[in-house]
Amino acid sequence: MSEHPDYLSRAQSVSIGRKRRGRNVILLLMLVALIALFFGLSVVKLSRPQQHEPSTQNPI
Amino acid sequence: MTTEIVVLATEGEGTAPSLIRSEPEFPIYESTTGDWFALLKPRVMRLVVFTGLVGMLIAPGHLHPFLAAVAVLCIAIGAGAAGAINMWYERDIDALMRRTAKRPLPRGVIEPSEALGFGVTLAVGSVVVLGLATNIVAGAILAASIAFYVFVYTIWLKRRTPQNIVIGGAAGAFPPVIGWAAVTGHVGLLPMLLFAIVFCWTPPHFWAMSLYAHADYERAGVPMMPVVAGARSTRRQIVLYAAALLPLSLLPWLLGLTGRIYGVTAAVLGAAFLVSAILVWRDRQEADGRSLTGDKPARMCFRVSLVYLAALFAAIAVDRLLA
Repeated sequence: MSEHPDYLSRAQSVSIGRKRRGRNVILLLMLVALIALFFGLSVVKLSRPQQHEPSTQNPI
Repeated sequence: MTTEIVVLATEGEGTAPSLIRSEPEFPIYESTTGDWFALLKPRVMRLVVFTGLVGMLIAPGHLHPFLAAVAVLCIAIGAGAAGAINMWYERDIDALMRRTAKRPLPRGVIEPSEALGFGVTLAVGSVVVLGLATNIVAGAILAASIAFYVFVYTIWLKRRTPQNIVIGGAAGAFPPVIGWAAVTGHVGLLPMLLFAIVFCWTPPHFWAMSLYAHADYERAGVPMMPVVAGARSTRRQIVLYAAALLPLSLLPWLLGLTGRIYGVTAAVLGAAFLVSAILVWRDRQEADGRSLTGDKPARMCFRVSLVYLAALFAAIAVDRLLA
C-alpha cells in the first residue's frame, strides 16, 4: 500500500499550500542574498588589487 | 496508511441513522526552517566558526572585512553541509540513539534525498564561493575537510573501528588552517600546530561523552572506544591524550610563534584539562570500569574540554592582537 494519501482534506491542503509558499519565500530570499553576495564580491575584488596571485608582469 | 473516520449521524426524528463518510485524515509531516537549520549541526558549527575565525585573525596579512565575513560564512556552511550529509548517511543509527533520535531525518520530517541534495549543494556552493572570495588554497582545504568528514570519518571509519574519532577528528581540525589560508594563500607552521592541537583534543572530548552515552552507541552498533575496549581502557586513553595535549599546546609559545599570554593560558588550561581527565580515570568504578557515580567526572571532563578549546583559541587571538 502506498504511504501517500490519494487526496487531502481542505485543511491539510491549505496548510501545505501555506508552508509551500513560506518555503518559496525563503528560497527567493536566499537567491537575493546570493546575488548580493556575488555583487559584493565583484565590487570588492574589482576595487582592490589582487594580493595573493602571482604578478603577470615581466620583471625584466 | 489511510484511516477513515466513520460517523454515525441522524438526519431527524423518525429517520434511520445513516453512515456519513468524513474526509480521510492523514498525518502530514512538514519540515520547518528550524529542521533544515538543525541538519547543519549548529552546535558543531559554532566551534568551527570560532576556530576558523581565530585562524584568520592570527594570520599575517590583511583581508577585506567583507571577504573575511564571506570566508567565515563559507567555513560555517561547509561544516554544516558535511553535517547534513553525515545525517543523511547515519539516519538509520540516529534513529536508534536517544541523543540523535529527534533529528529531522529519524523524525521523518525531511526526506533523505532532500537532505542529501541540501548538503551537497551547500558543500559545493561554500567551496566555490570561498575559492572566489579568497583563494584556491582555502577553497581546496575546505573541500578536503568536507570530503574527509564524509568519506573517511562517516562512511569508512565510524562503523568499523574504535579509532574512528582519532583519525576522523582531523576533519574538525581543518578550520584554523582554512582561516589562515584564506588570508595568506598558503599554510604555515602555526596553523599546523593548531591543527595538531584540535586533532589531539578531539579523542578525549568525544570519549568523555561516550563514557556516559555508551548505551546509545552499543544499541546502534557503533564501535566507540568504551563499547569495544571497555570503560577502563577508555579512561586511561583520555588521560594519555590530555597529557600529550599539554606540551603540544605549549609548542606555539616555545617555538616563539606566540607570546606569554598564550603560553601561560595554555599551561593553566592544559593542567585543568589534565586534572579533569585524571578525575575520570580515578572515578569510583566497577571492575569493568563502569562508573558508580553516574559518570559525573566524565560529564565534567566533557564540559572542561569545551571550555578548554574555546579559551585556548581566544588566548592565541588575544595574544597575537596585542603583540
